Amino acid sequence: MPIGVEPLDNPAQQNYEQGLIQRIRDGEHEAFSQLIRPYERRLYAAAYVILRNETDAEDCVQEAVLKAFKYIRQFRAEAKFSTWLIQITVNEARMRRRKEHADIMESIENNNKGEEGTYTPRDFADWREIPSEALERQEVREKLGEALRSLGQIYREVFVLRDMEQLSIEETAKALGISTASVKTRLLRARLMLRDLLAPGLGGSWSSRISFAKGAKPW
Amino acid sequence: MVIKCEEVWREVSNYLDGDVEPGLRLAIEAHVRECKQCAAVVDGTRNIIQLYEDERMLEVPVGFSRRLHQRLDANISTSRRGFLGWMVAAATSALVLGGFELARSSALTIPALRSQLAQTSGRVPADMVVIVSDRGRIFHVAGCPFTHDKSHLRTILAREAEREGYAPCVRCMKKYLDAAG
Repeated sequence: MPIGVEPLDNPAQQNYEQGLIQRIRDGEHEAFSQLIRPYERRLYAAAYVILRNETDAEDCVQEAVLKAFKYIRQFRAEAKFSTWLIQITVNEARMRRRKEHADIMESIENNNKGEEGTYTPRDFADWREIPSEALERQEVREKLGEALRSLGQIYREVFVLRDMEQLSIEETAKALGISTASVKTRLLRARLMLRDLLAPGLGGSWSSRISFAKGAKPW
Repeated sequence: MVIKCEEVWREVSNYLDGDVEPGLRLAIEAHVRECKQCAAVVDGTRNIIQLYEDERMLEVPVGFSRRLHQRLDANISTSRRGFLGWMVAAATSALVLGGFELARSSALTIPALRSQLAQTSGRVPADMVVIVSDRGRIFHVAGCPFTHDKSHLRTILAREAEREGYAPCVRCMKKYLDAAG
């Protein structure tokens, strides 16, 4: 069973949200809790992928939610509330990163890898099946987390919002303030880079111990 | 249409998202049947998407939601107290000036909250038979290659899946989601 209330991105949901927003604007502030509840996990994911620290990500989400509450009157009905909320969270997280100058090293790192051009896979290990118990193993989850953390920021952001939090290409683009073409390009590279990183270790026998050779990361 | 490996690598992501033209899709599938390397790339990329989709890959800290709502409630209370203070001052002034408009304090009453999100999406047909995994977050059509945890699947209707909090797979349900805009 999924945790909490999952987002239902659909017309009925949007009507329901518009009703809640109107009630909040009319002074029923407590309805704001209902409004944000389906998106808490996505907000945390968006903050965490940028800040890479649980405590900072949690604090960032709290600030972002308070800002959204403060500025709810500025929300335009033609926009999607979840995207607006994620945008605020992404902006808050980026502002915090800038304050910590953490993005300086990141931008150097990202500049060294051209976003344009074809990405050539570097590993062609056959990896057809994922046994259902694979993610039961903490070790496997740690390897996946390690591989994800090794991606450049611009790739990690897109991958987490699109593939882990199930935003559409358009929603991901709006949330991050980039074009849909950039989302697609970054997503392709993120997926292929992760496959290159993980296929050698995970494509073989899942029952054997897995490990990445030192220096095996291709970027 | 005959395509080269480089084109498969360039389009693999769009292909897995169901975002390529039918002609290109057939060309990729024909190429992959003959090319082991590209088959490995397509299968491996699909596995990556499937693995990271699992909610255990990003676990929200214990108590995250409770702390968030505590802070939000505290903020709402503060703003309400500010509002209350303003109202008291306004009411006092009003009393001094003649006592009118005191009825405005009725704005402080809090109506009961409405029910939550138990409703169908209006996009995926409500009576469509779908499959879910107890550990997953997504519902799929039977046979979707992005289905999780294949040993713990159950079959339910789409409206039941949505009621239980599952979201539609953005790949196998793409035609319904696209049609609804």
